[in-house]
Amino acid sequence: MKTRTGPFTALIGGLTAIFLLLPLLAVIPVSFTPKRYLSLPRGEWSTRHYEALISKPEWAESIFLSLKVGLLAASLSTLLALAFALGLWMMRPRGGSLLAGVALLPMVAPPVVSALTLYYFLRQATEWNSLVIYDGWVGVAVAHTVMVVPYAVVVIMVALSQVDRKIDLAARSMGATVWTRITQVILPNIRFGVASGFLLSFILSWDEIGVTLFITSVRAITLPRRMWMGLRDNIDPSVAAISVLLIALVTFVILGRVVWQMTRRA
Amino acid sequence: MSRTLLIAPLLLFLGVTYLVPLAGVLLQSVTVPEPGLQNYQEVLGDPLVWSVIWRTLRICLFVTVLATVLAYPLTMLWVRGRRPVQIVVELCIMIPFWLSVLSRTFGWLSMLSNRGLLNTWLKDLGIIDMSLTMVRNDFGVIVGMVHFLIPFAVFPLASAMRNMDERVLMAARGIGASRFRVFWQIFVPMTWGGIMGAALLVFVFSIGFYVVPTLLGGGRSVMIAELIYLRIFQIPDWGIAAALSALIMVAVGGFLVTIIRRTGVGSQ
Repeated sequence: MKTRTGPFTALIGGLTAIFLLLPLLAVIPVSFTPKRYLSLPRGEWSTRHYEALISKPEWAESIFLSLKVGLLAASLSTLLALAFALGLWMMRPRGGSLLAGVALLPMVAPPVVSALTLYYFLRQATEWNSLVIYDGWVGVAVAHTVMVVPYAVVVIMVALSQVDRKIDLAARSMGATVWTRITQVILPNIRFGVASGFLLSFILSWDEIGVTLFITSVRAITLPRRMWMGLRDNIDPSVAAISVLLIALVTFVILGRVVWQMTRRA
Repeated sequence: MSRTLLIAPLLLFLGVTYLVPLAGVLLQSVTVPEPGLQNYQEVLGDPLVWSVIWRTLRICLFVTVLATVLAYPLTMLWVRGRRPVQIVVELCIMIPFWLSVLSRTFGWLSMLSNRGLLNTWLKDLGIIDMSLTMVRNDFGVIVGMVHFLIPFAVFPLASAMRNMDERVLMAARGIGASRFRVFWQIFVPMTWGGIMGAALLVFVFSIGFYVVPTLLGGGRSVMIAELIYLRIFQIPDWGIAAALSALIMVAVGGFLVTIIRRTGVGSQ
């Protein structure tokens, strides 16, 4: 039995919920405008902006690039974060919380400072190598890894904190090597945490724009960067069309999750 | 041995890609164009910079209060409402949260710009003749930022409300306290840690905000992050950009430390 929320809470809370959905709904009519600028369709609805997404190859190129960058960034960040979190959990080194603090720095620092830092790094790196470079896709993936790795560290450390240390201790006392303890004992227990870390890293990289703006110009144009270009100067309703598709995708996944939880509970 | 093999890769990676370059950037604030503190003197003596700093602080404070206050009843519905209400509210929080910031900002442009939904409707209804200017000014920036940050305020609030002992509320109701009194004298004080946590998170996020103010402010309502961007890409001036970055970091860091010491948010 719970004490119920009052009518005033329901009113303000309900209005806030509507406020959160409002801009998402506003995108839908705009995406069907027949005009080439941001406007509402008057009488005639047109699918030209959806057709533009298919007929102009740059949208597909950007989506493909964002997938590529996201997969590399998520793989790198999950591997680095997993090893780091395992090291902290298993060895409990002195100054462990300080080390964790260092790993979380890119998450806490103002994004614009991180963006400037990564721009500086990639400009320097461009003079030393030809792979991790300014305006190149591997460079973007490396920069995204820096930005998302703290989140992967947090997720995996939370997963590790749920593991019973006694099972690891048992394995250790029976002479298991560090490698065996990790692969046979700990990893099976945190596999969902590792998977969430990977997924979160991918989504954060897929959406990343603050840093990407600083480190790309004309070649490595990720999907958010392409959308930014369609918003910055002349507003291009193609951004409305791609937004509607993204909203549909996110809604589908989240609704799916809610339904899945409900059926599991029932 | 295995300790270093596990922990070192991430620290090495961040060292090369982030820590050393960060030091390099901050160093430039005192070395470019020549050694000395003249960049800080220039920044702190520039009325334009001060007007941007004040606008940033004003907008961020306003956004923090608004986002936290609006998130509070929303979180109550999410945590304590009836089951169907909980599900609907969860969707309203999670869908915008997982959606790209650009789509959300575009949504606000569609809603608020001169040919947007709101102006079109108001004109059709005959309420206004001229379009209301709701973007390219502080209003648009605040609406967009509050919208972006409400979900971030919801999470700390939700964990505070979930951890609360429900029996205290029922006891208060049982001995005759009104709903109003239970809310203000028991519910709010017991979730105070969550409120401070939410406000802290929102404020720190909003200070370094770049995308929403740039798009919805349209270059007229410039905030500190956009100023740094302009100092690098329009009139390249690393010394000034580095000095501004150092100031933001000190401000955010100092703010975090003070709040955490005062309220003990981090210790929960």
